[in-house]
Amino acid sequence: MKKLLTGNEAVARGAYESGVTLAAAYPGTPSTEILENVSKYKEIYSEWSPNEKVALEVAIGGSIAGARTLAAMKHVGINVAADPLFTFAYTGVNGGCIIISADDPGMHSSQNEQDNRYYAKAAKLAMLEPSDSQETKDFVKEGYRISEEYNIPVLLRLTTRICHSKGLVEESNRESVEIKQYEKNIPKYVATPANGRKLHIDLEDRLIKLEEYSNNTHLNTIEWNDKKIGVISSGVAYQYAKEVFGENASFLKLGFTFPLPKEKIKNFASEVEKLYVIEELEPFLETEIKAMGIKVIGKEYIPLTGELNPDIIRESLLNKKVEKINRNEEMIIGRPPTMCAGCPHRGLFYELSKKKNVVVTGDIGCYTLGSAPPLSTMDTCICMGSSISAGHGFNKACEVNGVDKKVVGVIGDSTFFHSGITGLIDIVYNKGNSVTIILDNRITGMTGHQENPGTGYTLMGEEAPQIDITKLCESIGVKDIKTVNPLDLSETKKAIEESLKLDVPSVIITKYPCVLKKSTQEEIEDYGLDRKACVVESTECRKCKMCLKSGCPAISFEQDKGSIIDENMCVGCDVCLQICPFDVIKKVGE
Amino acid sequence: MNKVKNVLLVGVGGQGIILASKILSAGLISAGYDVKMSEVHGMAQRGGSVTTQIRYGSKVYSPIIGKGQADVIVAFEQMEAARWIDYLRPEGKIIVNDYKIPSAPILIGEREYPKNILDDLKSKANVSLVKGFKLAKELGNVRTQNIIMIGALIEFIDIDGVEWNEILKENIKEKHVDLNIEALTMGKGLLD
Repeated sequence: MKKLLTGNEAVARGAYESGVTLAAAYPGTPSTEILENVSKYKEIYSEWSPNEKVALEVAIGGSIAGARTLAAMKHVGINVAADPLFTFAYTGVNGGCIIISADDPGMHSSQNEQDNRYYAKAAKLAMLEPSDSQETKDFVKEGYRISEEYNIPVLLRLTTRICHSKGLVEESNRESVEIKQYEKNIPKYVATPANGRKLHIDLEDRLIKLEEYSNNTHLNTIEWNDKKIGVISSGVAYQYAKEVFGENASFLKLGFTFPLPKEKIKNFASEVEKLYVIEELEPFLETEIKAMGIKVIGKEYIPLTGELNPDIIRESLLNKKVEKINRNEEMIIGRPPTMCAGCPHRGLFYELSKKKNVVVTGDIGCYTLGSAPPLSTMDTCICMGSSISAGHGFNKACEVNGVDKKVVGVIGDSTFFHSGITGLIDIVYNKGNSVTIILDNRITGMTGHQENPGTGYTLMGEEAPQIDITKLCESIGVKDIKTVNPLDLSETKKAIEESLKLDVPSVIITKYPCVLKKSTQEEIEDYGLDRKACVVESTECRKCKMCLKSGCPAISFEQDKGSIIDENMCVGCDVCLQICPFDVIKKVGE
Repeated sequence: MNKVKNVLLVGVGGQGIILASKILSAGLISAGYDVKMSEVHGMAQRGGSVTTQIRYGSKVYSPIIGKGQADVIVAFEQMEAARWIDYLRPEGKIIVNDYKIPSAPILIGEREYPKNILDDLKSKANVSLVKGFKLAKELGNVRTQNIIMIGALIEFIDIDGVEWNEILKENIKEKHVDLNIEALTMGKGLLD
């Protein structure tokens, strides 16, 4: 029976059907749902690793042990995992291994739009690029066969539009794949220089064989139609191209894109009059094809930035404008994402926003929204973990050059475990004095509530030891550690002020559960989560708009009425009640 | 090759748009179509603009469409209707819930919720208005607005042989099924 599945669900199904027994990932949009769906299959051990490097290394270990394994991450996650990735191509696999890179053209939820197809070329991995959900599942299965037959890790490169679009998929049964026997093989698995040199030569041989496979595989297919126009394309760009040209062009559809099928490309190019390369983001295919001496038209018409779609192709290659209704810009006001009503980060950012001469280095998570108005409390955000280390660098640069600025780095609990801790070690070791604030909302918030080493549960739903952030910080030598309830503004303010006065590294842990998290009875009691909503005594509101500075989406303002709190949205975090200088915000019924 | 139909659902996070798309897609599949559906949502779990695109026909390639391509838009919120109107085919139909949800710049008093959105839309497109909030409240649960809107849509796109009540049963918690069947039936009668 056919089911409507997203690309991510199709990856999970493909892994299940391929007999995979181990999968690891760190959550990141658009890849998160891959492991969430893999974990539904009890036959597969699945885990959230603290970061992508660890996830890949877990998959590598499992592969060497002889199991079929999978590691999933978003595009920037591959940067974190790049270190083992390059050497893994040298050692090759025992059990097949697929690494998923979920790229984000258009940056729906990412800090850049890097094209990870270059990783396949740089690290010398076999690469597959499916163009819809059915292919995604099929390519996973073929990927494990390639991985084992050619002794190579396979990069399955997806994009947001593959990950999050649904298409019909035919499901089949799980293959029974026995774990391969592990045999000690030092020249293969120990990448010392002497072994590595031989492995590199061997890898180049494997790539030659893979190019032969690439020329012959059904994953790279030619569809002959009108030969006036030929189109070479891969991934979702193929679907867009097919939508636009239909039967009016011949297609070379590439599903296996590294190493490229050079013979097949030459043959195709020699038969068509005009050749287009239609690809999203970088000219990955185009550059390679041009280097073969073939004349193609590509990035001079198809944009290098942003997400591709059929309209862009239609307009740029066929010069066809679509008739459309104009929207009235005056009728449209932005709908930027905001921290939720009752978000525990709001209290902290409200207090930080009032500090003068303080630079806040930020990080990746819900709290990145602290950079948006009206809080606007963030100076930098580069990548996971950089709040602490970039903050340290900022701080040292100011110190050396006699600039008087205090630095505060803000980082979430999951991000701290991901790659914040090494930065904090750096601050202690190199005698920095910046303030690190760990926003512990007891869950991985931004990606939709995944467990992490601090939450007490694993991905598979088992109880787990909770890493104690305070003790962890103590053990690396942080002398000043305070834990506060960020919804208590005076307590939070006091902690920030005290820490800013210190000339040693300090940590403030703001500990309070995410407002959207399903809380345990214990948490409800510990944190007093059973709260009553707040209400403005509107006749007394002085219209000073102070409460609006919290940026709470439950509060609105009307010139004739003053501030209004939406009772359905308010969860009674009381931050506005503490901010109101005239005490006109009360609890409902009090 | 038959013509692929394009439907766009637009609104605000939390309005039940993803569930509505799921129900619509399940119905289209049961009617024998190839279906592709694409979700577009921003970073926030809450408060951001949310759209889903559903494409159906005998064979669908691209999961997304561009401006001027939608046969029908269902807008769950007024300002979102204004935001996405340029995706409608000039001869297409937009079904608008007259509900308003202010966004952050409006809440903090920087901007005012735009006036006369509906008049502006009516001047340039074929608009059907649904008083979703009022009707859902009469049914006893404001959260059924999404199913009322879907009811109006499926009556308009007129697909044969779909057991919509069965599809609701498969996708909605048992205790809410009857209410949602009522909502769907109510929606179906609205565009006459």
